[in-house]
Amino acid sequence: MRVNGLEVEPVIGLEVHVQLATRTKLWCGCPLEFGAEPNSRVCPVCLGLPGALPVLNRQAVEHAVRTAVALNCQVAGFTKWDRKSYFYPDLPKNYQISQYDLPLASGGVFEFPIDHRFARVRLIRAHLEEDAGKNVHDFPGFTGVDLNRTGTPLLEIVTEPDLHSAEECREFAVQLQRLVHYLGVSQANMQMGHIRFEPNINVIIHADGREHRTPIVEVKNLNSFRSLHGAVAYEINRQVEAWQADGVTAASGNKSNRGWDDEREVTVPQREKEEAHDYRYFPDPDLVPLTIDAAWVAELKEHTPELPICRTERFISEYKVPAKDAPALVDDRATADLLDHAAEAGGDKATLAKHFLSFWARRANERGQTVAGLGVPAGHLAELATLQASRKINATAAAQVADALLGRRDAAGATTPSPAKLAKELGLLQSRDEDQIAGWVNEVLTKNEKAVQDAISNPKKLQASRGFLVGQVMKLSGGQADPKIVGELIGKRLGEIAGGR
Amino acid sequence: MAEIPTAAHVAAEIAGGRRKAVDVCAGALRRIEAADGQVRAFLETLPEDALDRAARLDADLAAGKPVGPLAGVPIAIKDNICTTAGHTTCASKILAGYVSPYDATVVERILAAGGVIVGKTNLDEFAMGSSTENSGRFVTRNPWAADRVPGGSSGGSAAAVAAGLVPLALGSDTGGSIRQPASFCGVVGVKPTYGRVSRYGLVAYGSSLDQVGPLAANVQDAALLLGVIAGRDPRDSTSVAEPVPDYVAELADERLEARAGRLRIGIPREYFGAGLDEETRAAVEAALAVYRRLGAKTVEVSLPHTPYAIATYYLVATAEASSNLARYDGVHYGHRTAHPHDLFDLYSASRSEGFGAEVKRRIMLGTFALSAGYYDAYYNKALRVRRLIKDDFDRVLTQCDVIAGPTAPTPAFRLGEKLADPLQMYLADIYTIAANLAGIPALSIPCGFSAAGLPIGLQLMGPLFGEALLLQAARLYERETDWHTRRPSMGREA
Repeated sequence: MRVNGLEVEPVIGLEVHVQLATRTKLWCGCPLEFGAEPNSRVCPVCLGLPGALPVLNRQAVEHAVRTAVALNCQVAGFTKWDRKSYFYPDLPKNYQISQYDLPLASGGVFEFPIDHRFARVRLIRAHLEEDAGKNVHDFPGFTGVDLNRTGTPLLEIVTEPDLHSAEECREFAVQLQRLVHYLGVSQANMQMGHIRFEPNINVIIHADGREHRTPIVEVKNLNSFRSLHGAVAYEINRQVEAWQADGVTAASGNKSNRGWDDEREVTVPQREKEEAHDYRYFPDPDLVPLTIDAAWVAELKEHTPELPICRTERFISEYKVPAKDAPALVDDRATADLLDHAAEAGGDKATLAKHFLSFWARRANERGQTVAGLGVPAGHLAELATLQASRKINATAAAQVADALLGRRDAAGATTPSPAKLAKELGLLQSRDEDQIAGWVNEVLTKNEKAVQDAISNPKKLQASRGFLVGQVMKLSGGQADPKIVGELIGKRLGEIAGGR
Repeated sequence: MAEIPTAAHVAAEIAGGRRKAVDVCAGALRRIEAADGQVRAFLETLPEDALDRAARLDADLAAGKPVGPLAGVPIAIKDNICTTAGHTTCASKILAGYVSPYDATVVERILAAGGVIVGKTNLDEFAMGSSTENSGRFVTRNPWAADRVPGGSSGGSAAAVAAGLVPLALGSDTGGSIRQPASFCGVVGVKPTYGRVSRYGLVAYGSSLDQVGPLAANVQDAALLLGVIAGRDPRDSTSVAEPVPDYVAELADERLEARAGRLRIGIPREYFGAGLDEETRAAVEAALAVYRRLGAKTVEVSLPHTPYAIATYYLVATAEASSNLARYDGVHYGHRTAHPHDLFDLYSASRSEGFGAEVKRRIMLGTFALSAGYYDAYYNKALRVRRLIKDDFDRVLTQCDVIAGPTAPTPAFRLGEKLADPLQMYLADIYTIAANLAGIPALSIPCGFSAAGLPIGLQLMGPLFGEALLLQAARLYERETDWHTRRPSMGREA
């Protein structure tokens, strides 16, 4: 890309912290609860009280392994826990239990579509660690500490510097968020801070026939896609301009940390520590190393669901869904599963997809639900789609049947009549009886002489007039006439009238 | 004064309705009141809580409810073990006034077994020391000689049992902190296998070395208390699900007879070299002669990495301590400096004021050993030597059943004698440290007295989870001797 008249190549790696959706914390039985009264979800273990000891939450390991296999990582057979030491009030033990030299997973690759190609990002590692609490600066003259979040399980994922633009970073983040949500390993709620990003950014500048690398900047603690995109875009420009002004490169300058000012939309330098941080990692003697059974990993891999990116591609090709609409079908895993089940039950795929995107989506929205949450069985969804696809009912009638289905269910509980029965009850079944339709057509043609004349004699008005006549027949039939047959019969009769003259 | 009855006897009398738990408890509190002014074993007594518990026990008995094996036995707890009753301070200013919101697992188990906790005992601050002189509160005296140390760091617990104030106490042992004071005070002290007893609620010093264990006036009482506290605890990931034998039943006479003739005792030559006091050597050799007379075989063995044990220990233990003690920062609980001018000063001043000199020394040593650029040369190297020390024991324990030697190189030294020279103080643990590094069980039993009337301890070490074997070997010797029945003059006034 070009920045300030220079050919530049941004080089970006991401550290991502994903909060895992366990019921309890990583080392104790305290519930994970957002927004609870400060310091109400704590115990001696997560408070780091004298004598307390951590005990591993196995569910966190399972979530981590599920994520690792979905990201094509190697899951370690033997992994251990290390203490990372630093003093901060929100860290009650003044060390964080993390993983240092033997992470739970390493390697791996994540591919995602962008600009009609697949971007490929290699992963360095993924490891489990505990979150810290929060310093609360709401008090005059002092700082409070809320330790409810302390000990929350996090999966830290570190990528190679394989990203090359702010857009790529954002798309990576969006797709990763979708992935962990899909796997059910994280609630992945951005507003609640379930996923946080720390990009490492520098730029290779091509000038004077040489490559100049700007010093690496790590932007800390970004918790929205927007701020990630903004920070990376801002940094690329800032680093190029800085190099133009002072010529400092990675060779002569140090890596530094910056923060993102969300209001001014700029990155700002963070105070550098006087000396290099020495975390004094060492194995946590309170925890035993973890041996991970390869057969268990294989089993989890086996049960990895179809991932959202693959499913999106498949829905576009199999269900003939427009690319822009596919995420609406894929994003909620239960809804996407339901769509597949309905197709397996024999429903016409394209019609099913249209129903999911139109009236089912509308009704779900009205109820603050997902389509799956509406609770309509796959068999009924399939039957309704088939009724329309085989032209037994039209699209409008399908929506009416759907509403009737939901209405009956609300009134009578789980058991409802099948869509075919409902369509019949409501008189929505289309007539394919040509004699009956011919009767409606003749009646309409007789009543609308002007339109007939226009259709026959004025080629400019043919289309509009025919459309009008079809509409009149449909209206007369109460929507029951098969529009395709109506169209055919009107064409035939108009020809006869014109020729009969 | 009458012979202090054994804990087992006291429990049996109370369970049998011949004595009231309340009377036994009141008696212990009276003895402490009368004699502890001289010994100063207790940081705090818990009369209200103890009497209340004893009364409830009596009520349970009156109602015909079953009671545990420690029914009504007064027990002292080292003050680095968390109790909801009273304070838990580790004899440190930084935890002055700290009240634990929970009981350590060992405390829960003692209470469930009917034990009555009468007080918290003095120790070297955070269990760092070998004389209890590093207590942030006051010095505890050896009941056998007021100018001598009781040993440490469980000096308060050892002195309390030696002075007859309580029949049982809990200590903790990271490098000899149960066995060395047991030796100095003439009582029995057991350091169990690493993982045998839960550490949940033991305030961590060197987490990979720490174990809680009993101090008692005789082997059977030590076995009784060990049986109560041992066993897997889901709250301690490093505790092991190995079945717990009935240690008391293992001491039945017929079990001992069966053991005596086929006991092979290894005598490590490295434990009898330079620095070993002659009277101690003579007492230990006399003890070995008793074993031979009983039919045991003694074999000379070698633990060649013994000379590296102290250096290894002071890297591993201090590294872990530097991390374990980071939490005492003045932010969340414990001592906070009065007027910090910023966050760094809050940390720095609170810790400077709260910790004593030895604790600071060990935090600095450990911080250094874990620092970037030094980790491999110190901490990592120490872990490799630790492995070699463990290998020594694994090999030797194929040649013998138990390993015997002195618990400490000398009897109790004088108060103040080694305070100015930490290295000399560290040498007091030269024979005890290796068992912690190897994780194996070890105990100390009285095996004689110096000419000056100071107790001498015999140390027995055994294979992983070989506590029953060690207790049998100890009891075999104890049956033949009367050292354990002798009591110091101090404490006798009561």
